[in-house]
Amino acid sequence: MKRRDFLKNTAVFVAGASVSVAALDFIDPKELLAANPELKWGFLVDTYKCVGCGFCVKACKTESDIPFEANVTRTWVERYVIKRDGDVVMDCPKGARDGYTTKLLDENRSGMVEVPDEEIAQAFFVPKLCNHCTTPACVQVCPVGATYQTADGVVLVDWTWCIGCGYCIMGCPYGVRFFHPVERVADKCTFCYHRISKGGNTACAQACPFGARQIGNLKDPNDPVAQAIMTQRVGILRDEYGTKPNVYYIGLNKEVR
Amino acid sequence: MVEQVAQMVVHGEAWTIKDLFVLPNEYVYWSIQIVLYPYMTGLVAGAFVLSSLYHVFNVEKLKEIARYALVFSFALLPVAMMPLMLHLMQPFRGINVLMTPHFTSAISAFGIVFMTYAFIVAAEIWFVYRKFIVESIYRLTEKQDCTRLERLLLPIYKVISLGAMDISDKALNSDHKAIKFLAALGIPVACFLHGYAGFIFGSVKANALWMTPLMPVIFICSAVVSGIALCIVSYYLFMEIRKWAAKRGKNWLLPDALAQGGTAIPVEQLRSIQEHEVKITSKYLLIFMTAALTLEILDMIFRGYTAVKSWDALRMVIYEHDFMKIFVYQYGIGNFLPFLMLLLPGLTTRRAVIASSLVLFGVFMMRWNVVIGGQAFSLTFAGFMEYSMPIIPHDIETFKEGLGGMLSVIVTPFIIFYFLNMIFPAFMTDNESH
Amino acid sequence: MKNHVWRPLFVVIVIVIGILVFRAFYVPSDFGVQERGYTFGYHRLSNEQEWKDYPAKHKGNDYCNECHDDKIEELESAQHGIIPCENCHGAAFDHPNDPEKLTIDRSRGLCLRCHAELIMPSSGRNDIPGIDPVEHNKGEECSECHNPHNPSLEDM
Repeated sequence: MKRRDFLKNTAVFVAGASVSVAALDFIDPKELLAANPELKWGFLVDTYKCVGCGFCVKACKTESDIPFEANVTRTWVERYVIKRDGDVVMDCPKGARDGYTTKLLDENRSGMVEVPDEEIAQAFFVPKLCNHCTTPACVQVCPVGATYQTADGVVLVDWTWCIGCGYCIMGCPYGVRFFHPVERVADKCTFCYHRISKGGNTACAQACPFGARQIGNLKDPNDPVAQAIMTQRVGILRDEYGTKPNVYYIGLNKEVR
Repeated sequence: MVEQVAQMVVHGEAWTIKDLFVLPNEYVYWSIQIVLYPYMTGLVAGAFVLSSLYHVFNVEKLKEIARYALVFSFALLPVAMMPLMLHLMQPFRGINVLMTPHFTSAISAFGIVFMTYAFIVAAEIWFVYRKFIVESIYRLTEKQDCTRLERLLLPIYKVISLGAMDISDKALNSDHKAIKFLAALGIPVACFLHGYAGFIFGSVKANALWMTPLMPVIFICSAVVSGIALCIVSYYLFMEIRKWAAKRGKNWLLPDALAQGGTAIPVEQLRSIQEHEVKITSKYLLIFMTAALTLEILDMIFRGYTAVKSWDALRMVIYEHDFMKIFVYQYGIGNFLPFLMLLLPGLTTRRAVIASSLVLFGVFMMRWNVVIGGQAFSLTFAGFMEYSMPIIPHDIETFKEGLGGMLSVIVTPFIIFYFLNMIFPAFMTDNESH
Repeated sequence: MKNHVWRPLFVVIVIVIGILVFRAFYVPSDFGVQERGYTFGYHRLSNEQEWKDYPAKHKGNDYCNECHDDKIEELESAQHGIIPCENCHGAAFDHPNDPEKLTIDRSRGLCLRCHAELIMPSSGRNDIPGIDPVEHNKGEECSECHNPHNPSLEDM
């Protein structure tokens, strides 16, 4: 009998507690929503507007304390030159931190390659940054919980907890991660979390004179980025990996890797 | 202005050679230490499986090498962890894997599986050597003129005996049962320890070469192969050393008290043990080699046949950049040649040992081709990377991720074994041990 | 002396308890599963705030406008009005306190970022006036002839 009493009391207590918690929840839904607004950060890149000046890369390096001389970067700009015969030549010297100032393409060990002007069918720049995927492969593979996604969709790295195994670098299909040359932990683009969470713009988008880069709230139908994604033909990178990236591209070509 | 005074090293830049279109952050981040990591865990798992063949399946013929394999497997254990620690950018935070494991990551299991496995091997050794430990305590306590080593050993034995001094037949019988249980339990755990090392690679969806469900199985098979091969080679070498010493009337790698009548074991007896064990073991090597080879070739054929988007880049790596490493070193010298050597009739000890050494090399090349080969192409599939192993280190990083780090990892198990052998004589031949 | 068989297990249990006790002290109290679940949101919560508090270096044109409003107004309609001040004048940091004076990048390389002529059909780069850096007044700084804010020579 004692046991039954105990169960009964417990049931009453649990039911009572849940009712009171539920009651609290129903007091003011508006207040709750205001405290936790619908927010999911997304990014829009217009490849037509990008001129390959690399100001975004320069700004990013300063903003995020990645030494200018270090050959790693949180964001970079790629150049694609598609020839009339269908061949594609691509390069990205030093992540384009100095912009593109020559017609020669840097093919690393294969040297500098020049594509004659008359052979060029189309050529364009593609800025790249962390896609802050909805199901980030890099977060899934972190063995210690040092990288994670915030409620508003930004993927961050805890510099104090990262053991530096490099598994996230291997796991990212976009190659956005690297070892921080000074901190010696995994590092990547944060969507300038310190700026956007105070209502500011990302350093790269702010530095872009042509508006090729924009950050916005994908959950807000009035947000310019959300509207552009809704009304224009946009693409994402490497959707075959199932990571559901949140960086959208206008003017994405099939040649873009 | 904020000045950049802090020391700056871009990890991977020192040993990565890029060609064509490679993304700016791409480097060979996982280098020699990660090649050695599955190699060493493979050796641990393989050596343990070999010892279990005797303990669980009662393969009497493997009796002598089984005890050796068990102790050697224990000596290899800390070394399986060593490459990981050397590779971590923040080695002092390695403990985080145990503290906040994130089980959606294959690496997170390492701490727990590794410790479980270490406990099993340690417990098995404890049961195998318990009688010897207790006898040694009695012997050393009574002995008057202890050497310095013996004075050191006595307290060690007292601690590891855990106070269990009962060596009646009944107690020894329960030891037997415990050994059998632990050896049986150890096989799946050893396979898991290594299979999940394969899973670490096989589950990286961003890597076209790594991503295959066959990876864990291939890793387990080649692990058993390399573990057995290493046991054959090292057993042969240690026995050679003992034979060399026996000719000079000395008894090496065995405590003096255990040597029969205080003098060395006859050379002839050592030779017959050596021959017998090495030849029998190589039969098992052959069986596991067939399985490993079949899977690897199946994987290769499948990739070529299905030829998905990544195949163009993979084909360049497999058939052009790494042709020598894959087809000549790994398959030719490391697989088919020893395969033939072991199959041809009239197997001699020396031939078995040479074949086993080639197998060891072949499995090492397989690890290399998987780990380094998997980073030999860019995520863009339009560029390639090459790992040039730092030979002469110019800082701690190029030491760890170069030849120096590799040699330290390879030498360490033998050093550990040397000391471990003082406590648990691996070449003990008395009939009562298991 | 019965059941000596279990002694290794006791040792294991003691070690495991030791690790768990150590863990209780070692792991920060706010470490745990957050809103994105165990797969994507297992982390130390206070790290989010640490990232929010990361110091910003670029302050934007509005910040420049607080003191240099005369300049900003004058340059709004300039040819280079679309280029943010900090791209050439350098990130503000805590200017005017630290640094007191910004270092302006007047290098030729800076101008070439946009104005080195490249054949880029289907890209905005094609619409920007470009020069051949090898031919065009080699070795001279662009600012010797061009006004960086209003570079067209006809307007000068």
